[in-house]
Amino acid sequence: MATKKFMFVNRKAPYGTVYALESLEVVLIGAAFEQDVSLAFVGDGVYQIAKGQSTDGIGMKNFSPTYKALGDYEITKLYVEKESLEARGLTLDDLMPLVWEDEDDDWAEKPSIRLVSSAELAEVFDDQDVVLSF
Amino acid sequence: MSTLHTVNKSPFERDSLSSCVRLAAKGSAILLIEDGALGAMAGTDHSDMLAGVMKDVSVYVLGPDLAARGMSEDRIIDGIQVVDYSGFVELTTKHDTCQSWL
Amino acid sequence: MKYSIMVNEGPYTHQASDTALAFCKAALEAEHEIFRVFFYHDGVNNGTRYTVPPQDDRNIQQEWSKLAEAHDIDMVICIAAAQRRGIMDADEAKRQGLDGDNIAPGFRISGLGQLIEGGIIADRQLVFGD
Repeated sequence: MATKKFMFVNRKAPYGTVYALESLEVVLIGAAFEQDVSLAFVGDGVYQIAKGQSTDGIGMKNFSPTYKALGDYEITKLYVEKESLEARGLTLDDLMPLVWEDEDDDWAEKPSIRLVSSAELAEVFDDQDVVLSF
Repeated sequence: MSTLHTVNKSPFERDSLSSCVRLAAKGSAILLIEDGALGAMAGTDHSDMLAGVMKDVSVYVLGPDLAARGMSEDRIIDGIQVVDYSGFVELTTKHDTCQSWL
Repeated sequence: MKYSIMVNEGPYTHQASDTALAFCKAALEAEHEIFRVFFYHDGVNNGTRYTVPPQDDRNIQQEWSKLAEAHDIDMVICIAAAQRRGIMDADEAKRQGLDGDNIAPGFRISGLGQLIEGGIIADRQLVFGD
């Protein structure tokens, strides 16, 4: 199969709707197809990877730990739009420290989150072959 | 590589149009569909935001969605082109990738 | 051109399914190919044969079934999303010990891999949703 650039765009907060959970399920299945996969967190999508999610009070399953597994699935490009974080009074510190292990660099742990400006993210988007929005 | 962006939500309801405008690269196109067609109307609180990007991005609106909502093509922002579903299909052939802003 | 289509919402509540249908019809008229339509999230609800919409309104499920039959289109309902929302084919219903199935003609239930495969094989991927 050809290799295409797949981009998964997340713009909705988790739990209020199912899209965050079900889009993550697509990403995990998609990992098996050896495509060039990226994720983008824009607008309220940034809340999907916020630290400290605790869902007992609302009776839903906390699926945020699943994002930590993305590195093991070789999904290492998680773009977060700076402007979206700033508009929400958030910084990188408010997000889970998601990492991947680089086997070409003695398994050194490297951050998967790439904080980018709108202009930079626009260029990343424009370079994709397949964009799935949820 | 150029992208056809579709926006299907009204700018009064959601930030889909403003996010798309912010993140659409130069040379791409935006097609307004469904409730997103309302973003094509001139003289609204959001018209300047869209008009401002039109020197870099071509903007289209799906005629049937305007008509359904009782909005006349005469009152859309200058420079926005009205297309039908076959025009929608043609736009997808002219651009390499489609990105939906829901 | 070969298209892969994703429908994320169910019939009537959102315009997504209607728009996707209209797009597919226009694409087929222009002699393009619809490689696959993949139904995800509430989009799986397009695939139940038990809808009874008012007589004077469009029947979205039937339009999909008819289109698929006329043009040999592969219409896939995601199994995980279907299980959550109660869309079953006979085999799956039996496996789950349920007393009936409800899948509409022309739809088949399969995994998310079919969505990714569609994106790889088609020339264009479109998403219709909320």
